[in-house]
Amino acid sequence: MAAPSVKGFPDFQRLKILAKDEFTSLLDQMPGRKDLVIDGELMKPLDRIASVSLLKQRGVDKIFKFDSSLKSMHGCEQRIYLVRPRMTTMKAIADHINSDRNINFKRKYSIIFVPRKLHTCLSVLEYEGVMGCVTVSEFQLDFVPLDKDVLSLELPEFLKSFYLENDQTWIHTVAKSLVRLQALSGEIGHVYCIGRGAKMVNDLMNFLMKRNSSEQDFSRHEIGSLILIDRDVDYVTPLCSQLTYEGLLDETFGIKCGTIEFGPEVTGKQQSAKLLLNSDDAIFEDVRNRHFSNVLGYLSSKAKSLQQDFDKRHGLKSVGDMKDFVANELRRLKEQKSVLANHIGACEQILGKKTKGGFEDYLQTEHSLLEGSGLRDNVNFIEELLFKQDNMLKTLKLICLLSLTQNGISPQTYKSLKTQYLQSHGFEQLVTFSNLKSLGIVTDQETGSQAGTPLNKVASGMAAMTRRSTFQSLCKKLSLIPKSDDIDLKNPTDMSYVFSGAYTPLSCKLVEQVLTRGGFTGMEEITKYLPGGVHSENHVKASKGKSARQDRPVSKVVLVYFLGGCTYSEITALRFLGKLKGYIFVIATTAIINSSTMLESVMEKPPI
Amino acid sequence: MATADWNPLGEIYYKKCEVYSMGWSDIVDISKFEVSAAPYGGPIALLKDESKTARVQVSTKPIITVFTAAGKQISQMRWNSGSIHKMGWSHTEDLLFVQDDGVVLVYDMFLTFKKTFGMGQEAKDVKVIDCKIFSSYQGTGIAVLTSTYRVFIINSVDDPRIRRLAEVPGLSSAPSSWAVINLDRQSRALIAKGSELCLIDQGGQYQVQTPDVSTEVTQFLAMSLSFNNRCLAMFTDKGVIWIGSSDLQKKYCEFNTKSPTPPQQLSWCGAGAVVGLWGNMMLVVGPDKDWINFNFDNPVHLVEEEDGLRIIGKYQHEFLYKVPEVTEKIFKIGSMEPGAMLFEASKEFYKGSQKADEYIRIIKDKLEIAVSQCIEAAGHEIDPAKQKPLLRAAAFGKCFLTDYNPEAYVNMCQMLRVLNQVRNHVIGIPLTYSQLQHLSMPILIDRLVLRKLFYYAVKICQYLKIADAEGASRILAHWACYKVQQKNEDDETIARAINQKLGDTPGISYSDIANHALEEGRPDLATRLLDFEPRAGQQVPLLMKMHKDNIALSKAIESGDTDLVYTVLLHLKESMNQGEFFMAIRNMPIAYALFIQYCRQQNRKLMEDLFYQEDNFQEEGTCKVVNSFNEDRMEDRIEELKLAQACFTKAKNEFAKVQTEEQIKLLKYQQRLEEEMNRPYLNLSLHQTIYRLTLANNHKVAEQLRKEFKVPDRRFWWLKINALGECGDWVELERFSKGKKAPVGMEAFVEVCAKHGNMKEAMKYLVKVSPEQKVKCLVKVGERKKAAETAFENKNEEELSYVLSKCGPSDKQLVDTIREKQEFIIIQQRSGSPSECSAKESTSSSDADHNQLALYHVTCQPHNRGYMVPIGYKCTIYVTCPA
Repeated sequence: MAAPSVKGFPDFQRLKILAKDEFTSLLDQMPGRKDLVIDGELMKPLDRIASVSLLKQRGVDKIFKFDSSLKSMHGCEQRIYLVRPRMTTMKAIADHINSDRNINFKRKYSIIFVPRKLHTCLSVLEYEGVMGCVTVSEFQLDFVPLDKDVLSLELPEFLKSFYLENDQTWIHTVAKSLVRLQALSGEIGHVYCIGRGAKMVNDLMNFLMKRNSSEQDFSRHEIGSLILIDRDVDYVTPLCSQLTYEGLLDETFGIKCGTIEFGPEVTGKQQSAKLLLNSDDAIFEDVRNRHFSNVLGYLSSKAKSLQQDFDKRHGLKSVGDMKDFVANELRRLKEQKSVLANHIGACEQILGKKTKGGFEDYLQTEHSLLEGSGLRDNVNFIEELLFKQDNMLKTLKLICLLSLTQNGISPQTYKSLKTQYLQSHGFEQLVTFSNLKSLGIVTDQETGSQAGTPLNKVASGMAAMTRRSTFQSLCKKLSLIPKSDDIDLKNPTDMSYVFSGAYTPLSCKLVEQVLTRGGFTGMEEITKYLPGGVHSENHVKASKGKSARQDRPVSKVVLVYFLGGCTYSEITALRFLGKLKGYIFVIATTAIINSSTMLESVMEKPPI
Repeated sequence: MATADWNPLGEIYYKKCEVYSMGWSDIVDISKFEVSAAPYGGPIALLKDESKTARVQVSTKPIITVFTAAGKQISQMRWNSGSIHKMGWSHTEDLLFVQDDGVVLVYDMFLTFKKTFGMGQEAKDVKVIDCKIFSSYQGTGIAVLTSTYRVFIINSVDDPRIRRLAEVPGLSSAPSSWAVINLDRQSRALIAKGSELCLIDQGGQYQVQTPDVSTEVTQFLAMSLSFNNRCLAMFTDKGVIWIGSSDLQKKYCEFNTKSPTPPQQLSWCGAGAVVGLWGNMMLVVGPDKDWINFNFDNPVHLVEEEDGLRIIGKYQHEFLYKVPEVTEKIFKIGSMEPGAMLFEASKEFYKGSQKADEYIRIIKDKLEIAVSQCIEAAGHEIDPAKQKPLLRAAAFGKCFLTDYNPEAYVNMCQMLRVLNQVRNHVIGIPLTYSQLQHLSMPILIDRLVLRKLFYYAVKICQYLKIADAEGASRILAHWACYKVQQKNEDDETIARAINQKLGDTPGISYSDIANHALEEGRPDLATRLLDFEPRAGQQVPLLMKMHKDNIALSKAIESGDTDLVYTVLLHLKESMNQGEFFMAIRNMPIAYALFIQYCRQQNRKLMEDLFYQEDNFQEEGTCKVVNSFNEDRMEDRIEELKLAQACFTKAKNEFAKVQTEEQIKLLKYQQRLEEEMNRPYLNLSLHQTIYRLTLANNHKVAEQLRKEFKVPDRRFWWLKINALGECGDWVELERFSKGKKAPVGMEAFVEVCAKHGNMKEAMKYLVKVSPEQKVKCLVKVGERKKAAETAFENKNEEELSYVLSKCGPSDKQLVDTIREKQEFIIIQQRSGSPSECSAKESTSSSDADHNQLALYHVTCQPHNRGYMVPIGYKCTIYVTCPA
């Protein structure tokens, strides 16, 4: 049994190394100079895997971002496309190839599909008549380790394609990622599934594991249990305004694949700064999980202590000390200084944005929606936002919360809100509302079960059934709304601190419940409200009882896998729970989302 | 003596030993047959052509019989095709028949027909007069000589591509002899024309060469290439055997046999000696003109091997080979080689003689070489009785070596075990150690499988610990493939038998077996077998091939792999008409959803059709709405929207219908506005349109739109105030404020003015603001102090808190004042009406009554819960408790 690495976290660097090796060997399949055309959404993940210098070393000449609107592209005689398997992408690639052919330009093409090639894509290539001149391969990039405890598939489209369009393509990818992970870290003993997709992933995973069983090494056990959660079990949490530092950074600046880009307004310099946000950054590690109200104070105290460290140089006596200081300390201090400056700048920006524009009123409405109080006032507030032509996403968020917490909106309000929304933000939002209805996010209290396509009928009907007063009942049963008004945001004692003590994320609460109860027994009163049902499985064989006991420390390592994405607030809440209860949480997700990215993915884009 | 049966040929020795006594001795007289045997101990095919031997002309077709090398019959059949010109074996042990019309028929050793191909039209038209089956670089090749003296060649029977070789100039009669030579990775033919030799190749080139023959030559009557294609032997009409290199550049020797007739067979024994066979007499000629003569009692047939020559007779199957160097070193009389010494030592040791020690001492330094020699020599021995003492000697010698790697020894023991086993007459593959080295173990196993000796093959794999995937499982799969050919058993039994034996063995592909069954024309069996296939990726394509599309689809869905589902779906879409296809997928929600997803990206029209067929008007309408965004022309857009509207009507979605209608109306307005004002209005929302109109001072049209679309008053007021504020039209704003009573209150005016930095204007409206809103408005225009005062006047603690929360670090003084006032209010409230107070009591000490002091925690309102207000939200005050 390999000992889990530092501080009990399984070592996910191995995933990175594996991916890197796989990618370089793919590059080597086309010897010589070549251009690399990368799907926009794969750029950041690839950045985490392979550096530009590595690519250059492997003969990559130029790197282009894939642009499907371009009909042709320049470059050298060999080209590799690194793309997600999408039909539209294939069409664009075929266009490129055909335009090269028209001018008789000889070029070698290779398409690397991430994470796998799909028959539909190949059929497009065939239809366009370019199949003969491309070589096709796969790059099984699934998890991108964003941090020591965060793994992401970087598949933001999962939410839309699975929950809205019923497309199971990515379920396979999720299952595959788990199989690959277990090949490295050993079989996971307990699996708990919450939701429909979770069950599907589990079944597919078991199937794939059985098939590969001979190739796997199960001597290691680095992860004790796995909890799979469907996003549609809890749409409320991602829609709440995030109040932790990391969450706010994501909402304000957008964290992409673990990196953030601060513009000149934050850095205070001409150029913008790119920052890798992970636990290696000591300052960030200290503040990321804090409630925002405690961040600035901490940062300023940090600044003071840093200044003191700087001031040490005046007290240096000998030349040797001086040399030592310049060689070691100074560099570190300088780095810390610039990082600190960036974080303080970011805080100022966030504060600036949040203190104006009625954010407080907004937050108040959000919280009273969660509490289920002051319904009329809340609706009025939403209408007011619409009349004032406030930010469309912000408004939509509240409408979603209104519906989710109330099991749909009363028909009259529903209609009027929709009408007003359309008047404010355009007719195309009609489609958005239709999407939200299919997803069960914004529904109509009465007709909720009648509408929808025949296909979605069952699903949405079920959703409507199970959602009947669901949120409020769940709140009560799980005491998601803390009773005590007294929440110490500085030294929190409850997960709800991530939302200023107004609300405990449902998803995280479920995780806590499952772990403390060791399954779903005794939770029937709760699970009946969850769409898609629950399922648990035990892979630890009875005969292995002895070895399982030895696994004790490992059984505390819990992999929580969010299907459809999770927010930084949820990650923070789980980290906190881990600290509180002595678990080591590893969070895996199809993508890291926030309320805006989540809604944007299902919104109809206005015509340009 | 070990060397008793060694025949010296110059410096070296040749040895002839019996491999088998033939199992066919009673039935077969090989002089009456045409014989062909495959190299590497392969099977022997006999062709009995009655028409040649019978005195009377008979029309019966020839009989073909295949035997193992030990003379055990494998199969027999009566020929039923054209006239056979030549029979031979391919390197995969398939039996090849070349007919005189150039048609080649391929059978396996069980005489099951495999395939056929021709040697081209010309060969067919003019007939083949001679044919050679040779081993080429790509496998086994065939060359035919037509009656027009042209040579056609194929390099591989697996991939028969016919090539014509260059013509020999001036060839007017059939060449006296010819051969195919592999040189420089190309097959060429060497044709003897009189005293000249002509080398022709595929590129149309020819080379005339005259080999250096000391005696006069009119014709070369026979030629033979050595197994490795490096040496050539030719027999001239003067009875001379010429031996040289195959490129004719070097001559090794000439040997005059003084025989006027050419030998029946001119062969090579390995690469070291040429063998001629005249009747029962066999002459072995070495490259240095040395010779040995053998006489046989019965007619024999010679088969060349890589390292020797097999002699197949009626009673015996013998092997003639050069005594390997290492064997010679050990057994040659008086040899002082370390191996010989070790062998002696070992012998003495087992006799219990102390001489063993003496011998060992002699070769002490070379013991390692000695051991290796003994091991190697053991490998070359065919008789187990001779292998044993050599291995024993090696084992003995090994004992004196401390760090000797035993791998070679173990490997040899294993190899010999396998070799002895396959040499057994039951199996009948007389393979030598060097042949096995060349052939490799996997191929030997393949050959066992080919002979349907599955059990042996599996045992050997297990013995050699070959991984299951390459070994046992693969053999089992072959067995299963063979099993499905058994027509006499019913599908169920076979399927069960196969599953029982194979189980879940990793590396077994049920789909391959099923594919085989399908090829055998047993689709039902194939379906049954496919049920055992766990990999849907393998299962589904085959099911599709079998036209079991529905099963394929459900299996694909079961697998959870959407890619497979798509594979089937697209196939179905191609093979069915649209209506049927829609019907087929409508009951499979997953397939249906996936297909819609496909259409969404690939063929939107099809998606609409599908919704239409399903009476899903809601989705159809949505589709049309989305389509409308992509239309460039306004008319098309409106048309598309009208269709959508109709769909929504059918879907009874009143809301969507109305909205669509309004959108059409709005679009028309916008279009008109664009034309009139020459500004972009299209694609704006209603709000944005009116806003822009207001900005452009076009209040009339704005008002018109407002009425037309029933814009709520509150929206309109906000809109107008904001717009006027933005364009700085303060006059109009004032006029607007004096009009109808603002449904949004005066505070909206203040807010907008403040937003656009016009405090002067803001103050104008501030007066009119209702008292409840006053504090907020004052804060908005930056009058925090005034706000605090107003709040205090209102005796509103909440308002005070609000002002407090808006105070920055610069308002320190104000903060203190507000705090003071706040406390004052709270105390007031507490004493006045305690129930209204938001403070809650928590006595700090148990004897609160005595202390007359109670501790009050005053907290903010629940909704303000500590958000971002680092200071002032919590204050602890001590109040004298009212008695």
